[in-house]
Parts: sequence; C-alpha cells; structure tokens
Amino acid sequence: MSTTNHQPWLKKIDRYFSYIGMFSVSFGLLVLVVLVIDVFSDGFGKIDLQFMTSFPSRKPEMAGILSAWVGTIWIMITTALICIPLGIAAGIYLEEYARKDWLNDFIEINIANLAGVPSIIYGILGLGLFVRYMQLGRSVLAGGLTLALLVLPIVILATREALKAVPSSIREASFALGADKWQTVRHQVLPAAIGNILTGVILALSRAIGETAPLIMIGALTYIPFLPKNPVSITKQFPFLDVGLQGFLDPFTVLPIQIFNWVSRPQKGFIACAAGGIIVLLFITLAMNAVAIYLRQKNQKTW
Amino acid sequence: MKTDQASLAVGGTGTLSRTRVIRKIKAMLIRRLLQACGLLSVFITFAIIFILFSESLGFFKEVSLIDFLTDTQWTPLFINKHYGILPLLMGTLLTTFIAVVVAVPLGLTSAVYLSEYASRKARNIIKPVLEILAAIPTVVYGYFALLFITPVLKNIFPGIAGFNALSAGIVMGVMIIPLVSSLSEDAMHAVPNGLREGAYALGSRKIQVAFKIVFPAALSGITAAIILSLSRAIGETMIVAIAAGQQPNFTLNPLVPIETITAYIVQVSLGDTPHGTLEYKTIFVCGLMLFIVTFILNVVSFKLKTRFQNVYD
Repeated sequence: MSTTNHQPWLKKIDRYFSYIGMFSVSFGLLVLVVLVIDVFSDGFGKIDLQFMTSFPSRKPEMAGILSAWVGTIWIMITTALICIPLGIAAGIYLEEYARKDWLNDFIEINIANLAGVPSIIYGILGLGLFVRYMQLGRSVLAGGLTLALLVLPIVILATREALKAVPSSIREASFALGADKWQTVRHQVLPAAIGNILTGVILALSRAIGETAPLIMIGALTYIPFLPKNPVSITKQFPFLDVGLQGFLDPFTVLPIQIFNWVSRPQKGFIACAAGGIIVLLFITLAMNAVAIYLRQKNQKTW
Repeated sequence: MKTDQASLAVGGTGTLSRTRVIRKIKAMLIRRLLQACGLLSVFITFAIIFILFSESLGFFKEVSLIDFLTDTQWTPLFINKHYGILPLLMGTLLTTFIAVVVAVPLGLTSAVYLSEYASRKARNIIKPVLEILAAIPTVVYGYFALLFITPVLKNIFPGIAGFNALSAGIVMGVMIIPLVSSLSEDAMHAVPNGLREGAYALGSRKIQVAFKIVFPAALSGITAAIILSLSRAIGETMIVAIAAGQQPNFTLNPLVPIETITAYIVQVSLGDTPHGTLEYKTIFVCGLMLFIVTFILNVVSFKLKTRFQNVYD
C-alpha cells in the first residue's frame, strides 16, 4: 500500500506551486510598480504651481488642472452629502429593521445587482433622470447625484457589514434599560459601528472621484476655463458676504475627464499634461485608500 | 387619600398613553423613513430599466430587431447607416475574453496561495495591497494600455495597430485580478477546516488538499467570482475607449482596432448628436444590451454565492 507521503514528486510539485503562487501574487504588484514609474517619468516634470493653478489651454505648456481638481472636490462633496445619509439609512433599515420577508430578499438581491451594474449605465440613468427629466443640465448637482447613486450600493453594503459586526448583547442591554429601537440604534449600535462605516464611505468616495464614463454621459465638459461659484465669497458691497448655492448648478469638469481629453489628443505635449493629472489623481485616490485601510485596521475590535 | 391616588393614577396613565402614542408615531415615522431609503435602490433599478426601454422602443420602431441582431455592420454615424450590433458585441467579447484569460489563472493561483500557503501575516499585508489594483481609476489604466503596453507589444507583434483589443484586454485583466482573487479566496477561506484536517490526516500534501479538497468545495463561490469579473470586464469603459479604438470591426483579430459597446456609447456622447435622433437612441439600445447581459451574469453570480454560503453556514 503506497501512501502519498512516499511520493517525492508531490513534494516537488508542492514547492513549485508555492513559487507559482508567489509569482501570481507579485505579478499584479509588479504591474502596479511599472505603471507608477511610467506615469511619473512622463509627468513628474509637469507638476508645479503653474500646472495646479492654470485652466486648460490649447497650448500644452500653458495648460493646467485648476478647473479639474476644483471640480473633483465639488463633485466629491456633493456625492458625499447625498450618498452618506441615504446609504447609512438604507443599511440601518436592512440590518436592524427589516423583517425577513420577500421584500427584504428582493431589496437585497437588487442591491447586489446594482453594485455590479456597469458605471456607464449609471451615466445613462443620470442623463435621462437628472439632466433631461429634472432639467438640472450638465451641472455639479447632476454629476454628484449620478455618482451618489453609483456608489450607494457600496455605502449600503459597508453599513450592513459594520452593523452586523456589533454584537447583539449591546442591543439587548440597551433594550433591557428601556430604550426603544431607534434609541438603541442611534445611541448604541451606530456609534459602535461608525468607524467601519466611515471606511466604506471613504472607499466609496475614492471610487467616485476616479469615475470618468458616467460623467462623460451626463455631458461634463472638457474645456472649462472657470470654476463653479463659491458657496461663500467676500464682496465689496454690504453685507460683504455672498452666500449662495448657485455653484451646484454650474457646469464643471473633473480630473479623470481632463486626463481622458488630453490622452485622446495627438500632440505630444498633452501626454505630459495627462500624466501630470494622473499623478495628482493617483495621489488623491491612494491617500484615501490608505486612510480607509488604516481606519479598518484600527477599528478591528474583537468584542 | 385613596381617591386622590386613584385619580392620580388615572391622570398618570392618561399622559402616559399620550406619550406612548407619540413615541409609537415617532417610531413608525423613523421606520418608514428608513424603509424609504431602503426602497430607493429598487427605484434606481426601475428608473434604469424604464429609461433604457422607453428610448430603445423608439429605436426599434425604425430598425427591425432582425437587422439589429444579424447585420454585421454598425455605422449609425455614417451616411450609409447600418445598425447591426454584432461588431460591437464581437469587440466586447474579444476584450473580455483576453481579460479573463489574464485574470482567471493569475487570480485563482493567487487565491489558492493566499488561502492555503501564505501565512496569516503575509495574507493580511498582501490582500489590501492587491486591492489597490482595483482602486486605480480606469482612465489611468487606459493611459497605461495605450502608451506603455501597446508600444511593448509592438516589439512582439510588429504589425499591431496603435489601437488594439490585445493591450486593452491585458490591462483590463490586470485590473480584475483582485476581484477574482479576493472573492475566490473568501470562498476558499469559508471551507471548514475539518475538511482540510481530514485530508491531512489521510496523508495528503498541501497541493492535494488545495486542489482536491478546498478548490472543489469552494467551486460555486469561485464560479461566482469568475462570473462577476466577466460582468465587470464587459461593462468596463474607459480602458477600451482609450486603447482599443473606435472602429466597429467584425473580427476576432486582437491586433487591429475594434469598438466595444461601452466605447461606442462614449463616442456618441462625446460628439454633439442631437437629442431625439436615431443616432442618439443608439446609446440607449447599446445600454440596454449591456444591462441585460451584465444583469444576467450578476444574478447568476449572486445565486451561486448565496447557495455556497448556505452550505457552510
């Protein structure tokens, strides 16, 4: 009777496979390193104050990303204001309130499906619903709403996971002290889960600012030589402060769209512009991801 | 004294019941509000379906479904107009196929390695780093495909065009590696340790445990991961719009420019096609095709995953 232990070739295969595994794992990382080096060598020389503070231009050496990064911040804030309350509320409903019935099952499979809908379809939705039907035009608000719907499933799923991790003993203790459901959720469960929810929200927003296709669909323009109007600005006349939300209805561009526009141009000079924009975009995205990972590590509580 | 207490008690319950009613109404309002947010996702799905169908109906009033599905030319923006989806479908299938050929072997070996071979510590470091690959904006990958991978490929295939399906597909594959590996690893991780220990007790080696025990046990979860990555590749837009070209060629040659469904939608919305024209409606028809295909894949993947979870929970 031969046992497997006596087959030396298996031992060899075992070792070879661990090498193959290590190679597979490092392959992706290798590509990542090559990508970063490639982008930096193309665009690092481009990054300076002039590039950050100039509007796009027909001449590559004059062009900058001012309207792009300001637009990205506008869009990020708008998206956050919409998707955070809606996503957390939906997550709370599904995890804490919903009964296990067909409606809940339906919502659940629906959210799983929405998470997999291609982003360009959300762009078509934004075009039909916000730009045309609600007549918001090609505005910051239309873009923010579109991206908020796009990342909503991510926020909902993160909220649910975070709430699930809170042990039921905390809820039971709160009920035992006479708190009702909402008081329990509001004062016990949500504070305990907020760190993990925040991680999900940051990841969702970092996804939103990298999105290009949905904003192309709703018609975010590529040549924007101005900024959306500031919500608060100082004026020369009384009352010296101009407060208004007009900026949300202004047209905009964002970093990914500006990069796409430059990549598709034949002139060599714009490649450096695109690479410079990519460095800024990568910096923002990776910084947000690093914060999210850090928060996740920090919040890994064992109850 | 006794009556006093009684009246107090009555008054007490009176106010108590009023606060109780207010509390009940408040609880109900909160519940309804939260429920409305939960139902918003259903509304989004219906809004997507409504918009896609209503505009597509207008398209199919002018173009027959048979032409749409059998014509091998797609030229809505030219004078001699043809509305055959096949070239776009072929382009999408080609880039998706290349992406899957890259991502599935690398993703699955990574998953087996992380789940069965790597130490816990190594896994905790490698996994988040791999996730970064999925966090990079797709427009960056498009840049990389067009300006780095394509020139590299030119050394291997001198005849390769500046825009081609191969480089877009390869880069798309790299992008979805973390999706395949992370979901498959989750599935393998969920396989109970008792199965592994039983196999080790019978004298198995790691490779046997990994491929004869854990892999088959996690198969439905792994299949779900692969299907989901397929759906992601089909819907991916910016990489193919930048690097694969804008020529709807009915071909399986990965070295020439092609056009995917998603790239076509981008192409139309970048131009100024007037609202309401047949050209404009092609966006929605293409969107509908894309939605149907990815919807089916997502639902199959979800069902497989939940079935898998039910087995070992």
